[in-house]
Amino acid sequence: MSNSNKFSRRQALKFGAAGAAAMGAGPLIFTRNAWAQAFPNDPGSNANVILGFNVPQTGPYSDEGADELRAYMLAVKHLNGEGDGGMMNTFTPSSLKGNGILGKKVTYTTGDTQTKSDAARASAKRMIEKDGALMITGGSSSGVAVAVQGLCQEAGIIFMAGLTHSNDTTGKDKKRYGFRHFFNAYMSGAALGPVLEKEYGTERRAYHLTADYTWGWTQEESMRQFTEGMGWQTAAAVKTPVGAGDFSQYITPVLNSGADVLVLNHYGKDMINSLTQSIQFGLRDKQVNGKNFEIVVPLFSRLMAQGAGENIKGILGSTNWNWSLQDAGSQAFVKSFGAEYGFPPSMAAHTCYVQTLLYANACEMTGTFYPPEVIKALEGFSFDGMGNGKTEYRAEDHQCFKDVLVVRGNENPSSQFDLLEVVETTPRSQVEYDAKIFGGELGPYKV
Amino acid sequence: MKQKLFNDTTLFLTFAAAILLMPIWLAPLGASYPDLLQKFAIYGIFAIGYNILFGLTGYLSFGHAAFLGVGSYAAVWSFKLFTMNAIPAVLFGVFFAGVLALIIGYLSLRRSGIYFSILTLAFAQMSYNLAYSVLTPITNGETGLQLTLQDPRMIDAMFIEVGEGLPITNLFGIKMSGYSGFYFCAVLLIICFYISLRIFRSPFGLMLRGIKSNQNRMNYTGLNTRPYMLAAFVISGMFAGLAGSLLAVTDPLAGAERMQWTASGEVVLMTILGGVGTLIGPILGAGLIKYFENIFSSFNNNILHDFFSFLPDTLENIVVQVTGLFVGGGWHLTLGLLFVIVVVYLPGGIVEGFQRLARLLSRKKQPDKTSSSLKNQSAE
Repeated sequence: MSNSNKFSRRQALKFGAAGAAAMGAGPLIFTRNAWAQAFPNDPGSNANVILGFNVPQTGPYSDEGADELRAYMLAVKHLNGEGDGGMMNTFTPSSLKGNGILGKKVTYTTGDTQTKSDAARASAKRMIEKDGALMITGGSSSGVAVAVQGLCQEAGIIFMAGLTHSNDTTGKDKKRYGFRHFFNAYMSGAALGPVLEKEYGTERRAYHLTADYTWGWTQEESMRQFTEGMGWQTAAAVKTPVGAGDFSQYITPVLNSGADVLVLNHYGKDMINSLTQSIQFGLRDKQVNGKNFEIVVPLFSRLMAQGAGENIKGILGSTNWNWSLQDAGSQAFVKSFGAEYGFPPSMAAHTCYVQTLLYANACEMTGTFYPPEVIKALEGFSFDGMGNGKTEYRAEDHQCFKDVLVVRGNENPSSQFDLLEVVETTPRSQVEYDAKIFGGELGPYKV
Repeated sequence: MKQKLFNDTTLFLTFAAAILLMPIWLAPLGASYPDLLQKFAIYGIFAIGYNILFGLTGYLSFGHAAFLGVGSYAAVWSFKLFTMNAIPAVLFGVFFAGVLALIIGYLSLRRSGIYFSILTLAFAQMSYNLAYSVLTPITNGETGLQLTLQDPRMIDAMFIEVGEGLPITNLFGIKMSGYSGFYFCAVLLIICFYISLRIFRSPFGLMLRGIKSNQNRMNYTGLNTRPYMLAAFVISGMFAGLAGSLLAVTDPLAGAERMQWTASGEVVLMTILGGVGTLIGPILGAGLIKYFENIFSSFNNNILHDFFSFLPDTLENIVVQVTGLFVGGGWHLTLGLLFVIVVVYLPGGIVEGFQRLARLLSRKKQPDKTSSSLKNQSAE
């Protein structure tokens, strides 16, 4: 250890000054062009527009993410006039021309959200700052959707949410630049409530297992609101960590709680695990309070049903869309997706495909990519032919309103994909609510 | 004591210049956009701090993510309660991380070796679970703590008129996102590097190295090593707190996943990948891992097809199929392979690679005895 290498105070001062000078000059060099744009990532005279597809490629929701990405690539194809056009042929009123968006070819950049807010924001920032994405879409978790939506509001980039079911996304955390086509926990509760009453009666004790984040909380809240409203009691509501893997420690207490219904507010691989373990623990073979023990999964998807296999038979839930629907839009989409990938799309794929088309259509309608104008075109936009019947983007909270499907795990599936049968289509009027009940503010058009 | 190639002054100068010029020389690698540059600088600070503990004393902590998370939460609360200025946020972050490090360090340092590692891991996991569910009112659980329009912001409210939309973090008016945010982090990184340099060269640093080579012998000479260990632990915890608060400064959001054990593991990887116990290694490791996470994960098959388009079609498809496994969602796999290769062939990390390269180029006939003995030590 010699002291000869140490800095003298004079040297330290010199470097400090040089550093400060470099720091002052740096921003001038690197951000000079930042103010030349009227809005962030204006494609200007470029021949391409870039969309950012930010989906979970790893983690508990990666199955959904993979399917979302497939749908996005299909949507890009259709927008560019390749393939059979899918729902572009059934979508009304449509301004889409099949030559990209506003004559510019659609290209894309992808990223991995890892179902973590931090990683999702880093990935979205990369798309905005490096790749020049004009719009960000995707995600399969409400936590991620809320985080990325907040980022997009600050950056002035439109965010078309993928699969996110929490009331908060278009409730207390809603943003001017964020839009959600998917339904939410409140709608699930409103649609499931009457069906549960009809099937299981009004004298039940429910036990909730809830994924411990924004979606789970609001899902539980909405389910309790509607079930308690019709006379059910809530025995207990237990929060479980996301991606827990083993739920046995949470399921054992259910047996001794005196509850006769288990509500699994879980999604993705978590739901597959918790449902499978509940069945293995013999919950469904039990009789409690003189009634058959039942399990309810408020948010159901075919991908999850596929993962859970036999165990989903007879279990009630709600879903945004199912490939077995017979309307022209759904059929066109299933055909086109099936031709491309060899199996039917999931509801995550459906909502992501629709979101991409809706954004492109809004740009065509206004004739510009300027976000405030595109937002105004989307607000209050009513459309049909996208698989859910008549749908409206409500201007007050950027939430789509449409019919909700109540489904049941198919007892006798005719194929490996025919896993959910539609029990009831709950009309839009029954699931609608006042935009004010969840609070929150959209924020400004211009940022 | 170290490579003759650089003395400390030139090392520091080169380092400062390289960091400040990152936006230029990283451009060809596609990594010169503000968010990634900020991450380089921030995780560089995290890794430097970690190296002060792990590199000098050899104590392997698996709980440093807890300090990172506490720094973030403290910073976001400073934004929510007081002001959007970055300075108080950073101070709060460092302070609270330091306090937590003092508590955890005081308890964990009663043991050494694997028991110490397990203790720190346990404490970090406890902090994570607290943040995730128990302390939800403070941390907002899994969703993460975010700014809202209703926050009091007491100091700002006195001076600045409330605008429409969320306020942005700033340093006396300079916004803390984009390139200016990067330069703020970069200057702090350079300061941290300087502090680390001085610690490495100080008697205190020598004491820490002594603990690494033989703690028992140090104890037998009548010296109480615990205060030194605790000081090193707290310093490295404060570095982590600084990094955490900077994460919040550049992007005002704090999530519990920052405290997860994977985040603690990440900083261990960064340090080992770059070179344990070397000054510059941890920063290289941090940069490499963040580069993989952000750039490799964004490669999709389209980009691969473009890249390999010079090959004949069938061959191109095969090559894309194979390489596709290693990019996009498979970036972890590439990183894992790289890690294995480095640990097996370059136990001293990337820095050892550079040293070998330098020796090869300078064609020294006689290997430098002192430097190789130090190298072996740092490769433990």
